[in-house]
Amino acid sequence: MASPDQHRFDTLSLHAGQRPDPTTGARATPIYQTTSFVFRDTDTAAALFNAERAGHVYSRISNPTNAVLEERISALEGGVGAICTASGQAAMHLAIATIIDAGSHIVSSRSLYGGSHNLLAYTMPRFGIETTFVDPRDPDAFKKAIQPNTRLVFGEILGNPGLDVLDVSTVSKIAHEAGLPLLIDSTFTTPYLCRPFDHGADLVFHSATKFLGGHGIAIGGLLVDSGRFDWEASEKFPTLTEPYPGFHNMDFVEEYGPAAFIMRARKEGARDFGACMSPSTAFHILQGIETLPLRMQRHVDNTRKVVAFLDAHDAVDWVGYPELPSHPDHALAKSLLPRGCGAVFSFGLKGGRAAGRRFIETVRIFSHLANVGDAKSLVIHPASTTHHRMDARALQAAGITEGTIRLSVGLEDADDLINDLGQAIKASQKVRVAEPT
Amino acid sequence: MNLLVDSHDVYAYTGAQDFDAARNPLIFIHGGGLDHTVWLLQSRYFAHHGHGVMAVDLPAHGRSGGAPLVSIEDMADWIGRLMDASGIETATLIGHSMGALVVHEAAARHPVRVRSIVTIGISVPMPVTDALLSAAKANEHDAMDMVNIWGHGAGAQLGGNQVPGMWMMGSGVRLLEQSAPGVLYADLNACNEYRDGLEHSALIECPVQVILGRDDRMSPVRAAQPLLQALAHARVTVIENCGHMLMAEKPGEVLDLLIAALKEPAGSA
Repeated sequence: MASPDQHRFDTLSLHAGQRPDPTTGARATPIYQTTSFVFRDTDTAAALFNAERAGHVYSRISNPTNAVLEERISALEGGVGAICTASGQAAMHLAIATIIDAGSHIVSSRSLYGGSHNLLAYTMPRFGIETTFVDPRDPDAFKKAIQPNTRLVFGEILGNPGLDVLDVSTVSKIAHEAGLPLLIDSTFTTPYLCRPFDHGADLVFHSATKFLGGHGIAIGGLLVDSGRFDWEASEKFPTLTEPYPGFHNMDFVEEYGPAAFIMRARKEGARDFGACMSPSTAFHILQGIETLPLRMQRHVDNTRKVVAFLDAHDAVDWVGYPELPSHPDHALAKSLLPRGCGAVFSFGLKGGRAAGRRFIETVRIFSHLANVGDAKSLVIHPASTTHHRMDARALQAAGITEGTIRLSVGLEDADDLINDLGQAIKASQKVRVAEPT
Repeated sequence: MNLLVDSHDVYAYTGAQDFDAARNPLIFIHGGGLDHTVWLLQSRYFAHHGHGVMAVDLPAHGRSGGAPLVSIEDMADWIGRLMDASGIETATLIGHSMGALVVHEAAARHPVRVRSIVTIGISVPMPVTDALLSAAKANEHDAMDMVNIWGHGAGAQLGGNQVPGMWMMGSGVRLLEQSAPGVLYADLNACNEYRDGLEHSALIECPVQVILGRDDRMSPVRAAQPLLQALAHARVTVIENCGHMLMAEKPGEVLDLLIAALKEPAGSA
C-alpha cells in the first residue's frame, strides 16, 4: 500500500510553519518586531530558561516570524529543523562553529563562492581550523584528504562559478564511512531543484538573499539539519554528545535525539555569536518562498533559452551550463538536477578581458553587481569582483579565466534578455577588432 | 541513567537531575517505535519541580538493549521490574499511545505500586490497520510515513511548532527511522493484540487522568468512549486542534494538564 498523502512542495512553500494568526485572524505571517517576550509567570520564565517549556524569550535566539521561515525551509528540504541567520556566511559559520573546535580540519570542494573560500582559507585558520581544498569532480580526492582530525566535508551542489556538479551521494558515502557529516551550500539550486538530504547530505545552508528571497531586498541565511547524522556513533563530536557546561550540562543527543545539532546551534550559536535575522527580513524571505516553485521554473526556462542562444553564438568561446552535453558533469546533472541546473552560469566571450569589459558596460537589462538569484537579471566579471582575492593559479583551479562572464538569469521576458545579450556581444566584438588581445 | 533489567541495559532519561526514588517518582513511557525524547519538555520540568523522573526507553528502543517486548501485558510487568531495579516502591505512571496501554495495564496488574496514572492518546482497544501492520512487518518506510502522517493532526502537518524552528513532520519521521528493524512492528502488533484492556479497567483503583487530541486519527476520541465508560472515575481532557502526537503538537498544554493532574489527582475508583 502506498503511504498516505502528505502536503507537496508547492503547498508547503505557501503554508509550512504558519497558520492564520489565532488572535487577529491575519492570513499573512505577522512581523513580530519585538526584541523580547513577556513571561506568563515566574515559573514559566524559569521553565523557558531551563528548556522545560517551549517558547520565545529574546529575538536573538528565536522569534515567531523567524520560526515560520525556519519551519518552512525545514519542510521544503525534508529536515527536522532550521535556524535563521544574518546571512548565508553566518549560516556557514554557525554550522562549522557548532561542531568543530580548534585543531580540527575540513575537507572542502575548491569550487566555492569567494566568501566561503575566504572563510575557510584565511579566517578559520586564525581559529585553529584548517581546510584542504579538493577537486569537486574527484570524489576520491575527498577520501584522500580526510585526516584523523577532520570533522566536516563541505561542498556546493553547483560550484561557484564553474557549475561543477557535486556527486552528493558518493561524497556523502565517503564522509559517512569516515564518521563525518556532509555540509552542502544549496544556495544556487534551492530545494525546488535539489534536496541534498535525499542524496545523503546531513546539513544544508542557504544564502536566502538569493533565490529563496528572489527580490534582492534582504540579506539572510538559513541552516537546516537533516536529523540523520549519528553524532554519537561517530564519537568525534563532543559538543553534541558530552555535557555542555554552558547550558545546564546538557548532552544534546541524549536530550534532543535527531534534533541535537540544530538545538545546539540555537542554544549556543545563536545565543553567543548572535548573528540573528531580523523578523522583517524573515518576512521578506517568506514572501519570496511563497512563489519559489513558480520562480525557479521560470528562472530555469529563461536560462535554457539564454544558454541556447549563447551556445550557438559565433562570438562565444564556451558556455558552462551542466545541461549542455559539452559540460563535464552533464550526466551527473541529469540525475541529480532533473528539473534544471539553476539560473547562474558562466560563459567566455571571444576577445578576452577587453571584450568582456565592453560587454559588461554595454548590457542594458542585465545589472552589473555582486549578487545572484535576483528576479532581475544580473551580470558580473568574477576575476575583478567576487574572486578578486585569488591569484591566477587559484582562479584557474576554481575554473575561472580572466575573461569569464557570469550571468544570473532573471524573470524578464527571455527574448528581451537575448536581445540585450546580443547587442552587448556585438558591441564587445567591435572592441575585439579594434583592440586585439 | 542506566539500569539493568532482565539482564539487559536499560536507559532512562532523568530530566538532567540525579534520580531520587524518594521524590514522588514519575515514570514516562513512550509510544510505539519512539523513545524517551518525546517526553523531553515534560520530564525536564518535573525533574526540576520536586519529582524523581524516569523517561524510560523500553527494551530495544532508543538507548535500551534487549529484544522488543511482544505484548502490552509483558510491558506492564516489565515496568514492575524496572521499578524494582530503580528502587521505586510506588510511582505515578504517564504513558502515550502504546505507552498509555502499558500504563493502563500496569495499574490493573500492580495496583499497590501505582499511585496514579495519566494516559495520553489512548483508546482501548487500539486496533491497527492491516496495511500498517503489513508495512511495519516488512520494515517498509511506508509504515513510518503512515504513523507520522496519521499521527499528526491536520494543523500540525502545516507546522506551527511551539518549539521554535522545529518541523514536526520531519522530527517525527526521523525518530521513527531510528528504531531498529522489527521494533515498530512488534509495538504495533502488541497494541493490536491487546484484547482485555476494557475488562482490566475494573481492576484500576488509582486516580486516572486521560488526555486526548480532538483530531487524533490513530486513537480517535470516539474510540476512547468504551474506556471512559469503564473508567467512570477518570478525569478526561480533550485538547482542541491536536492529533495523536500530543506532546509534540501541544507540549505546553500537555504539561499544564500534567501539572494539574499531579497537583490534584482525579478521584479514586
